[in-house]
Amino acid sequence: MNNNDVTSQDSTNGHHAGRGGLFWFLGTYVFARDHKIIGLQFLFSTLIWMIVGGLLALAVRWQLAWPWSNMPIFGALLFSAEGGQISPEFYNVLFTMHATIMIFFVVIPILAGAFGNYLIPLMVGARDMAFPTLNMMSYWLLWPAFGCMIASMWVPGTGPSAGWTSYPPLSVLFGEAQGLWLLGLIFSGIASMMGAINYITTIIQMRAPGMTLLRMPMTVWGMLITSILQAFALPVLTAALLMLLSDRMFDTSFFLAEGLETPAGTRLAGGGEPLLWQHLFWFYSHPAVYIMILPAMGMVSDILSCFCRKPVFGYRPMVFSMCAIAGMGFIVWGHHMFISGMNYYLSVSFLISTMLIALPSGIKVFNWLATIWGGKIEFSAAMLFALGFVSMFIIGGLSGVVMAVPPIDIMIHDTYYIVAHFHYVLFGSSIFGVFAAIYFWFPKMFGRTMNEGLGKLHFLISFIAVNCTFFPMHFLGARGFPRRYADPYVVEEFRDLLPLNQFITYAAIAMAAAQVLFFLNFFGSLFFGKRTTENPWHANSLEWSVPSPPPHGNFDFQPIVYRGPYEYSVPDRDEDHWPQWVE
Amino acid sequence: MAAFNIWPLQGLWLPDNYSETGRTIDHLWTLLHTICAVIFLVTGIVLAWALWRAGTGLNKATYFTHNTRLEIIWSIIPGGILVFIAIYQMQSWNENKLLHPKELVNGVSVSRPPLVRVVARRFSWEFHYPGSDEKLETIDDLYFENEMVLPYGEDVVLQLESRDVIHSFFVPKLRVKQDIIPGHAQMIWFQATQEAEVALVCAELCGWGHYAMQGRIKFVSRAEFDSWLTKQMELKSLSQKGSAASKGGLVQTSLETVSINESGQ
Ligand code: HEM
Ligand SMILES: [Cu+2]
Ligand SMILES: [Cu+2]
Repeated sequence: MNNNDVTSQDSTNGHHAGRGGLFWFLGTYVFARDHKIIGLQFLFSTLIWMIVGGLLALAVRWQLAWPWSNMPIFGALLFSAEGGQISPEFYNVLFTMHATIMIFFVVIPILAGAFGNYLIPLMVGARDMAFPTLNMMSYWLLWPAFGCMIASMWVPGTGPSAGWTSYPPLSVLFGEAQGLWLLGLIFSGIASMMGAINYITTIIQMRAPGMTLLRMPMTVWGMLITSILQAFALPVLTAALLMLLSDRMFDTSFFLAEGLETPAGTRLAGGGEPLLWQHLFWFYSHPAVYIMILPAMGMVSDILSCFCRKPVFGYRPMVFSMCAIAGMGFIVWGHHMFISGMNYYLSVSFLISTMLIALPSGIKVFNWLATIWGGKIEFSAAMLFALGFVSMFIIGGLSGVVMAVPPIDIMIHDTYYIVAHFHYVLFGSSIFGVFAAIYFWFPKMFGRTMNEGLGKLHFLISFIAVNCTFFPMHFLGARGFPRRYADPYVVEEFRDLLPLNQFITYAAIAMAAAQVLFFLNFFGSLFFGKRTTENPWHANSLEWSVPSPPPHGNFDFQPIVYRGPYEYSVPDRDEDHWPQWVE
Repeated sequence: MAAFNIWPLQGLWLPDNYSETGRTIDHLWTLLHTICAVIFLVTGIVLAWALWRAGTGLNKATYFTHNTRLEIIWSIIPGGILVFIAIYQMQSWNENKLLHPKELVNGVSVSRPPLVRVVARRFSWEFHYPGSDEKLETIDDLYFENEMVLPYGEDVVLQLESRDVIHSFFVPKLRVKQDIIPGHAQMIWFQATQEAEVALVCAELCGWGHYAMQGRIKFVSRAEFDSWLTKQMELKSLSQKGSAASKGGLVQTSLETVSINESGQ
């Protein structure tokens, strides 16, 4: 860490005592309030959780390829009670926890928590976040949240098994562990809310002189819009979660109609409405899907621009598209409920708003293509993953439009077609975006570069495996193959789909193997990577003006911003980049 | 459709369709995937070309930041396509979910009443037919589990109910899916086009046995249907007289009592 005189003027940053000693260690690395340390804490934790979520996914795939057969290694560890075999109850736990962990503990916190934290102050030219203590708490709240989740899996009986969507009455009437699961989700929601408030304040209030809103890198725009979505949508989810918890614990009936048959006999109380949960849940969770991609879109825009040595094409339309996506994201939730039994005239209005929101998504794709067009491209690992992001988003966006047509959704709702769609956008896009960002900003974070060769191999295998895993799922869905089936082959019509499912599982295993390469590269490079300078990619934004890794307090002097972040290959200039901080 | 009948994709597209309104869904499906394939190819070619060109030794990138005309064009064209899709699909949605079939009673057009009451509970389907009084929810209703016989060639309305959690009535070969919310009675309708036996599956997670919650639906001609139903009523009154039936006179039969020539799948 840097010497203290730099930071002494900034009392919010703590860090007053000298080095050494337990309290110094705890304050600096454990309960850190420096946004960079917190960002790295988020990064390391979410990477670990990603391994957990990935193993759960492999178990799901195992069951679909070789139903009821003993699973090697994990089977013995997890289901020794059943002799290494997955039970139908536990199958439901597996996909529920896979989705929960990947969404709430990997994609959301790695984008906003890790990269948001690390990059926002550096990119806008601030010394730290606006509220460092809140920032620290937002990270540390995730651990009790994760603890609840893991603990809930071991509750006697069955773990949480109502899906990540947790629809009542199932989630109220059945499953002892659902309460713990809800509690975990409430914690993680509060953590995200704290983060969101912090990011918004920092971006609005703490930009360096000259950093006008329209000179901010797309990454910062992505983070800002995401945080606004979080701040407005999460309270709704939190309220809904509390209502669901209350239905479970205090026998209220927000979401329960009267006269339901339960394991304990007919439930006389009622008067609630199961559909209300779906409205509240999707009112959050549709914006949440954009929470899970807007930051990645921002980071990918920056990476594309840097490795094409070209300005982002149509910066303003890109920003406006993001704002449009965010705004309209609040009025499209009904496309998850086309056949839920809600009023079918309402479906038509949700169809129209969904078609509208597809437009800015399309515009973003065209702008990325135009950014690449005519570039002088360096095919680094980061760039490859960014290109992967764009191509996978095209497929995911197109299948989104197909599903947004309500009559078609009659056929494919709750089938593997949907599973294909959201993995194209979440794995193919969001996670590829995250990989791109890791390869790109690793040198800044640790002062070393990751191994490019291994990175490219990681990309190659991942890219092929992602498509082999998720593309065939469209075909499964077309046949009507439902999601969340522990053994789909009990239905005669689906029996011939077994070989395809086995193919998918092999591809998924290959994909997991590619991630082993990534982890080796990541942790190996921490210690043995090539040392690097402050601006190895010759990029323009402010974080590249400071040493790698940046010192506590980030900037030795007040940075001043002279231009936007995309002045690459400006005609009449010898150097092909023109950083924001150079006059 | 035929284009997809090539070997690797054999049997990996939509399954056979036995429903009138399902045709509109299949039509939209083909149309949308054609549009998507075109857009995918165009964007893919542009991307590949841009990457290819970049590999051919430019020494400096071309500097341009925007192109208003181009941007207007590529906003309006996809916008137009999306608006077209939104309007074009309306008819199919109407037929499938909004226009409850009508029938003439004494010269007045009224909503067609449900033929069968479908009750979902973890993890089985119950099908209640009206008894000799031709009314549902009366004491002489007939009751079957997981197996349903219906007539083809006419609009069939079903009334869906759930006893416990949310289930979803999904018949892939009829292009019918409807979530069943406890507390709501939900109507669905379709018109089967031919004799067939199709799978009914549950498409909304309902617990550990979700995957096993399947039924079979057999479509027969109206005449066969009527005689089958009459026979079931007779069987029921017989068993009631014989007081052998313990469960309140409920009868369970299997589909074997209907003779149809199709040997399943
Ligand atoms: C062009 C933009 C998009 C459109 C038109 C679109 C449309 C849809 C529709 C209509 C559904 C509901 C399907 C159904 O349940 O029957 C859906 C599901 C889903 N979408 Fe998208 N989508 C788009 C982009 C995205 C993005 C960017 C993400 C995330 C990064 C995403 C994540 C999801 C997820 C997770 C689900 C499934 C939720 C569940 O049922 O578990 N989508 N999408
Ligand atoms: Cu959505
Ligand atoms: Cu069910």
